[in-house]
Amino acid sequence: MAKIVVVTSGKGGVGKTTTSASFATGLAMRGHKTVVIDFDVGLRNLDLIMNCERRVVYDLINVIKEEATLKQALIKDKRCDNLFILPASQTRDKDTLTMEGVQRVLNELAHDFDMIVCDSPAGIERGALMALYFADEAIVVTNPEVSSVRDSDRILGILQSKSLRAETGEEPIKEHLLLTRYDPTRVSTGQMLSVEDVQEILAIPLLGVIPESKTVLHASNEGVPVIWNAESAAGAAYSDAVARFLGEQIEHRFITEKKGFFKRMFGGGSK
Amino acid sequence: MRFLDYFRSKNKGTASIAKERLQIIVAHERSDTSKPADYIGQLQQDIVEVIRKYVNIAQEDVIVSLDRSDSCSVLELNVTLPDHYQPREQKSA
Repeated sequence: MAKIVVVTSGKGGVGKTTTSASFATGLAMRGHKTVVIDFDVGLRNLDLIMNCERRVVYDLINVIKEEATLKQALIKDKRCDNLFILPASQTRDKDTLTMEGVQRVLNELAHDFDMIVCDSPAGIERGALMALYFADEAIVVTNPEVSSVRDSDRILGILQSKSLRAETGEEPIKEHLLLTRYDPTRVSTGQMLSVEDVQEILAIPLLGVIPESKTVLHASNEGVPVIWNAESAAGAAYSDAVARFLGEQIEHRFITEKKGFFKRMFGGGSK
Repeated sequence: MRFLDYFRSKNKGTASIAKERLQIIVAHERSDTSKPADYIGQLQQDIVEVIRKYVNIAQEDVIVSLDRSDSCSVLELNVTLPDHYQPREQKSA
C-alpha cells in the first residue's frame, strides 16, 4: 500500500516546494517508486523546481475532470527512474479540486507507487486542505521565525481535526518537523529561535534541520533539486532527513555552527 | 573560553522574546475559548441593553477590549455614563 505524505506549513515561502522536490527525489533515489503532486492550483511551481516545466501537457485538474488519463499527465523525471511528477493546473479554478476527484486520483496512484508526496499550497484553504486530507504522514516545514512557527501550529491543529484519519478516528497522521533556513550562528548569538525552542513549542518529533544555504537558490535556478548536491550542507541535510523518514537512525547535523580558531578562543556562543 | 560573553550579554538576542511570545499565542490558539471575536460583539450588545434599562447610553459609549497575557486574559469594559441622570422615558417590558 502506498504511503501518502503531505508537505505542508501554513505559511508561504518557507520551503515546501523545495522540500517536496528534494524529498521525493531522495525517496526515489533510495528505490521507492515515488510520485510528487503539486496541489497549488493556479500557482504551480514544482514543475520549475524539478525542471520539467516545458514538458507539462496535462495536469491534476485534467485528470480529476477526466479530460486526460493519469498516465498522460504523469511526467517522468529525467534524472531518476523511480520518480514522477503530477503538476498542478496553472489556469483552472481551485474549486475544481473536489474531494472525490482527489481521492480517485490518489487511489489510482496507490496501485503503481510506493510513495505519494503531496506538495501543499500555502494557506488553509481548499488546496491545502485537499493536500493534507488523505495523508498518512505529514512533514511540517517551519522556519525559525515567529510567523512560521505560529502557522505550523495552526496546520498541526488542522491535521489533527480535519483530515480523513481524524474524522474516521483512525490512528492520527504521523507528524514530522522539518526546520529549514536554519542559521546556527544566529542561534548561538540569541538572534534566532533554536531547534529546541521550536520543538518545545510545536512538540512534534524532529525529522531534520536544513541549514540556510546558498546552494538552495542555485538548485532552483537550475531546476535540480538540492538533494542532488551531496556536497552541500542543505543537500546532505535533506538526504539525512529522507533516511530518517525511512527509519534509519542518523544523528542530526548542521545544528551547531562551524567554529574557526578565533571564535573558539573568544566565544561564538554556546552549543 | 567564553570570557567575552560578559560583554556580549549586554547585547541580548531577541530569540528569547520570540519564544515567549509564541508560547503565549500558541497556547491561546490551541484552546477553544480563544475566539474572542466570536462573542465580543454580542457581549457588547448585551451590556448596552442591560445598562439601558437604567440610563440612556449609546452603543459607542461602551468600549470592550481584550488583552491576552501569559496566564490570563483581561477583558476590559469602559462605559461612559451620561453627565446628567436621564431616566428612561418609558419602562421597557
